Amino acid sequence: MNNGVFKLKKGYDIKLLGKAESTYLDVKQPNLFALKPTDVIGIAPIPKLKVAQGDEVRAGQPLFFDKPTPEILYTAPVSGELVEVRRGGKRSIAEVVILADSEMNYHEYSPINPDTASKEDIVQRLLESGAWALMRQRPYNTAPRPESTPRDIFISCFDTAPLAPDHNMLIEGKEALFQAGLNVLSKLTTGSVHLGVSPDSADVFTKAAGVKVHAFAGKHPAGNVGVHIHHVAPLNKNEVIWTLKPQDVAIIGKLFTENIFDAERTVAVTGDKLKQTGYFKTRVGASIKPLVEGNLVDEHVRFISGNALTGTQIGSEGFIGLYEDQLTVIEEGDKQEFLGWLLPSYARPSMSRTFLSFLLPDREYSVNTNNHGEERAYVVTGQYERVVPMDIYPQHLIRSIMYQDFDQMEGLGIYEVVEEDLALCEFVCTSKQPVQKILREGLDIMRIEG
Amino acid sequence: MQVFQNLLSKIKPHFEEGGKLEKFYYGYDAIETFLFVPGHSTHKGEAHIKDGIDLKRTMFTVVIAMIPCLLFGMWNVGHQYYLAAGEFTALGDGFVEKMIHGAIKVLPIVIVSYGVGLNIEFAFAIFRKHPVNEGFLVTGMLIPLVMPPTVPLWMVGLATAFAVLIGKEAFGGTGMNILNVALTARVFIFFAYPTYISGDTVWIADGVTGATPLGVGYLDGLAGLQANPNYTIENMVLGFIPGSIGETSLIAIGLGALILIATGIGSWKIMLSVLAGAFATATTLFLFDITPFAGVPPYYHIFMGSMLFAAVFMATDPVTATQTEMGKWIYGFLIGVFGIIIRVLNPAYPEGWMLAILLMNVFAPTIDHMIIQSNIKRRMSRALK
Repeated sequence: MNNGVFKLKKGYDIKLLGKAESTYLDVKQPNLFALKPTDVIGIAPIPKLKVAQGDEVRAGQPLFFDKPTPEILYTAPVSGELVEVRRGGKRSIAEVVILADSEMNYHEYSPINPDTASKEDIVQRLLESGAWALMRQRPYNTAPRPESTPRDIFISCFDTAPLAPDHNMLIEGKEALFQAGLNVLSKLTTGSVHLGVSPDSADVFTKAAGVKVHAFAGKHPAGNVGVHIHHVAPLNKNEVIWTLKPQDVAIIGKLFTENIFDAERTVAVTGDKLKQTGYFKTRVGASIKPLVEGNLVDEHVRFISGNALTGTQIGSEGFIGLYEDQLTVIEEGDKQEFLGWLLPSYARPSMSRTFLSFLLPDREYSVNTNNHGEERAYVVTGQYERVVPMDIYPQHLIRSIMYQDFDQMEGLGIYEVVEEDLALCEFVCTSKQPVQKILREGLDIMRIEG
Repeated sequence: MQVFQNLLSKIKPHFEEGGKLEKFYYGYDAIETFLFVPGHSTHKGEAHIKDGIDLKRTMFTVVIAMIPCLLFGMWNVGHQYYLAAGEFTALGDGFVEKMIHGAIKVLPIVIVSYGVGLNIEFAFAIFRKHPVNEGFLVTGMLIPLVMPPTVPLWMVGLATAFAVLIGKEAFGGTGMNILNVALTARVFIFFAYPTYISGDTVWIADGVTGATPLGVGYLDGLAGLQANPNYTIENMVLGFIPGSIGETSLIAIGLGALILIATGIGSWKIMLSVLAGAFATATTLFLFDITPFAGVPPYYHIFMGSMLFAAVFMATDPVTATQTEMGKWIYGFLIGVFGIIIRVLNPAYPEGWMLAILLMNVFAPTIDHMIIQSNIKRRMSRALK
């Protein structure tokens, strides 16, 4: 730490073409919104539905809950008619789809003053309104347990992932609500609310009141909340920390100032396969249809809810995920390449210096989803360590999960990381190992058996 | 390119499930993926974009780094031969003749090494139903480079087979082996057929004797080295001396090292710490005068024998080296220390690097374990605070 700034040396910025322009897209609001139970880690594939197809719902009205934790309600981001419950494999619930009203119709809650209300009342309001489900806890990145009290609450106010949105833009117009949300959150923890900011962060973040602000500078994953926790106050065994994104703090702020659950969400529309990129003000779970229809450079693309490292692939009429504030559209890379390992036929991002393009560090790439090789046993070492700015041995951690050594996993810091923190390891891996998947298996084992 | 595509798509059905060559699918797969990087998109639940690097490119970069050593080695084998025969004694003379003579000696060794090794790799891949790993691309080139030019071909074949079977496949294949595979091949010959790989008759041509500078220095000290007009420090750096095929020229090895360091494929930490360990040990022994290398200054040890080749290409093998960055410093330094100790203080072995690296290969997991444990302890004590 230097001059109050954590300067992180490790990491890698994947520079891509198609960054969101700093304008709001002029497209109409989507008709359809959906909540996807699969976005929430650790809940059963078939949660209990509280509404049926054809029901009219108001924004903030419960749609479903997970049976072991009936207190946490997953509520409608918009008002309208529940038109479809889409099922996945084994009758699991994939999407609960709402046809939105043109005029929002909110479920109204009784006024509550967070300054005087008891902690129990605040928790109750968060749980019943659906705002609780916007938060996640470390370890595991699951929804926080209703009875838990976090040691601290961490909020990352900048994003360093590929084509990441600018949080200054995402929070625009919601500054007062953001501060109101912070005031509520500070009632919930025995410790502090911590904001991680970058040197470019706006005053709404750097001058927020009643919180501790920490500045970070460095390459991706410097913007990850897990990295912030590690450097400010690392997570130990049996401790719980809550995390959430700035826009969701504003949703909580609105819940306690205007007594409605208004799931406003600005999303960054990114990717070089889009004619027009930019920002779009909508609500949680928006269909991407109006954003991509007529806006594609060509049809052979992948739509990703989230960023290209950690996001989820969706269809051309799919929905932005519960925790995501970004849509990425890039080329599908299913073409084979003659001697591509030796003589690449187009430029591609690489952290290795075996491509001459390392001489052009600021070059932005048009990227596709090709795997660029096949899975192999571990041979190369030291690669993962270069992209994880934490006192953790990522390759040894992943290996300890592979051979299921619980003590080793715990000792090597599995509680301190979630998929996004090691996503770059998966990107740079010469052996093309599915690092995020392996890590999640390890986290699931610890969560269920630990 | 279209030709290959047509050919592959024509024969592919035979290797797929239900085809008559179904058993050999992974043999086919190795050739197909060698020609074409497959059109696999990133899988569900993984990062959507991946780095352009893969194991094929990594291994091939190492092979490219060895090409200067191979080419120089071929020339030098010819040069030493003609020098002993008293023809083309000037450096510039008879370049073509020297290259041809060298190629006739060296290329068969390369072909045997690759032929035997790759056949075993393919057989195991087919038998164990896993894709062929690219590791042998490097091993197959390392083995010839650490052989004396006169080594019999059957011995190369036998040593390669031993190294791949016992050194690698017995441990579970690429990425699982404890010992450096190429050094296992060399150590096999060293102990099974010592007269073919050490002594003073093996380095130049059949029947021609000529000790390497290392051998001369060991027996006769600095005076012995100075008595031989060919064993000047310049010649040792440039590599115009007898020795194993790829190990003599520090320039060629340096080029390889540059490629490995520039691309980030080889660990500069290991290379540097081997040098530091060796130099420190040699200096200590020199100062206390407990060395049979009478009067040979410590820096000569860097230029004689196979030390630099070992530091650049053998010690840096990521599978058998330590995996932690801190460990790489310790591992390399100890290789340097033990290499010089074996070279100088052990009368039984004229050269120490092979044994020093194999020894440290065995201890690498222990070094890593200690570093990992300290990380675990740090985390534990933080929790208890």
